[in-house]
Amino acid sequence: MYLTDEEEDMLAGEEGHATQKAMQILVALGKIYDAERLVKVSSVQVSGVSYKNLGDAGLEFLSELARDGKARVKTTLNPAGMSLTDWQAQGIESGFAEKQLAVIDAYDRLGAEITCTCTPYLAGNEPAYGEHIAWGESSAVAYANSVIGARTNREGGPSALAASLTGRTPLYGLHLIENRKPTLVVDIQTLLRFPEDFSAMGYFVGRLVKDGIPYFRGITSAGLEEMKSLSAALASSGGVAMFHVEGLTPESRVDVAGTESLSFTSRDLGEAGSILNDEGSPDFVAVGCPHCSLKEVATIAELLEDQKVKHELWVCCSREVKRQSDKAGYSGIIEKSGAKFALDTCMVVAPIEELGHRVVATNSAKACHYLRNAGLKVRFMPLEECVVEATKGS
Amino acid sequence: MKQIGRVIYEGRAEGVALVSSSPLSFYGGVNPDTGEVVERGHELKGQSVKGKVLVFPYGKGSTVGSYVLYRLAKNGAAPAAIVNLRCETIVAVGAIISEIPCVDMIDIGKIRSGMEVTVEGNTVQA
Repeated sequence: MYLTDEEEDMLAGEEGHATQKAMQILVALGKIYDAERLVKVSSVQVSGVSYKNLGDAGLEFLSELARDGKARVKTTLNPAGMSLTDWQAQGIESGFAEKQLAVIDAYDRLGAEITCTCTPYLAGNEPAYGEHIAWGESSAVAYANSVIGARTNREGGPSALAASLTGRTPLYGLHLIENRKPTLVVDIQTLLRFPEDFSAMGYFVGRLVKDGIPYFRGITSAGLEEMKSLSAALASSGGVAMFHVEGLTPESRVDVAGTESLSFTSRDLGEAGSILNDEGSPDFVAVGCPHCSLKEVATIAELLEDQKVKHELWVCCSREVKRQSDKAGYSGIIEKSGAKFALDTCMVVAPIEELGHRVVATNSAKACHYLRNAGLKVRFMPLEECVVEATKGS
Repeated sequence: MKQIGRVIYEGRAEGVALVSSSPLSFYGGVNPDTGEVVERGHELKGQSVKGKVLVFPYGKGSTVGSYVLYRLAKNGAAPAAIVNLRCETIVAVGAIISEIPCVDMIDIGKIRSGMEVTVEGNTVQA
């Protein structure tokens, strides 16, 4: 692989140990995936922030890098395993909290912005069409490639961090136009009305398309909430890093003649919903996977006006969206009902299974997927029903 | 028998081969403190990777697996070297951050568990 003089210096260790390690990682990946060279990136989203996933090994590695490593481009972080300020109220043990805060401290020293959200595109990390970026967090990767038209592979924690410390990533995979073409056409033959319908459909299709690139036809409108739900679902049941929606996404003007196709019917939508539901009555309700947009927070506030929640209700969102919600007057209504904002974290990366909950109601297929892996039961329902479920109790 | 592969992480190591014909997941599949393979149903279950020349086709599972290799190295329970058919992101990153010699593009079917193996640069001598 071709390296510039500056990149050769980084590899030789002339810019410090952390930069050298980072460059070794990028060069090895470039070799494995036959990249001709590295490409400069404009931003990085780092996954691997929750101590629940990182463990002591990850913490040690980050601490080692933080000795002399520094981010060279805008770098934002995925959610942590708890709220960084209100972890006690969330029921998090102090041993876990101490380690989680040490992880955050290491990222802070590395020069990352402590955004702790899976929706960096709603919290100031907004790449432009055609820009090369290196993002972890599968739902944000799918959103950035598909909806924004920025270019990223599905990075793991260390490879995203390596991109941050060098400002570069190997030029292969979805950085190259020729690899961004659809591999499967999906004809949507039913009306997708709610973001949750997009979530269920994405979960269903993700299992079929695996790590391919689906091209959806028959969707007439989809806003930010629908696109972010679809991104998360496709990436959790499959390995989808990019999709197209005819007429709606920026790179959807491609020829799909000859591409394999399948239909998605109302029956499939029903089945998609039912595979996401277990038996049992919810004792915990969590919304915001991916993190809630301001519009979703507004909907929740409207439903909670003059209500009290009977089950614990987590509204997961970024600090940026919370600030906007404060300004708009939604936060007061939500907190008065007894519902809690879960900032910096979410139901997937916080150790929910250790907080005594058994059956979780949520509006996210992705959350259902991971909560089940953690041994919990799930109920999948639209946002409005989730909020009603929390207020009625049972 | 000598084979020439591709260097993923340069180094020299000797050890007894531990060979798996199926992919290996480090995250959840290997105990990060002891090096014991714990993945249910895996052909190496119950065996330890510690000090071995670990031979398998490629890694699988979560990218957090790279950090498990790092943890193994810190605990003195890492493999002496890694030999793959086709290395992927998880193992490559893990080997680099843990400084474990790693070579891929090797015909791993020619190596049997128990053989004495030397890894040096891009060469694997079994």
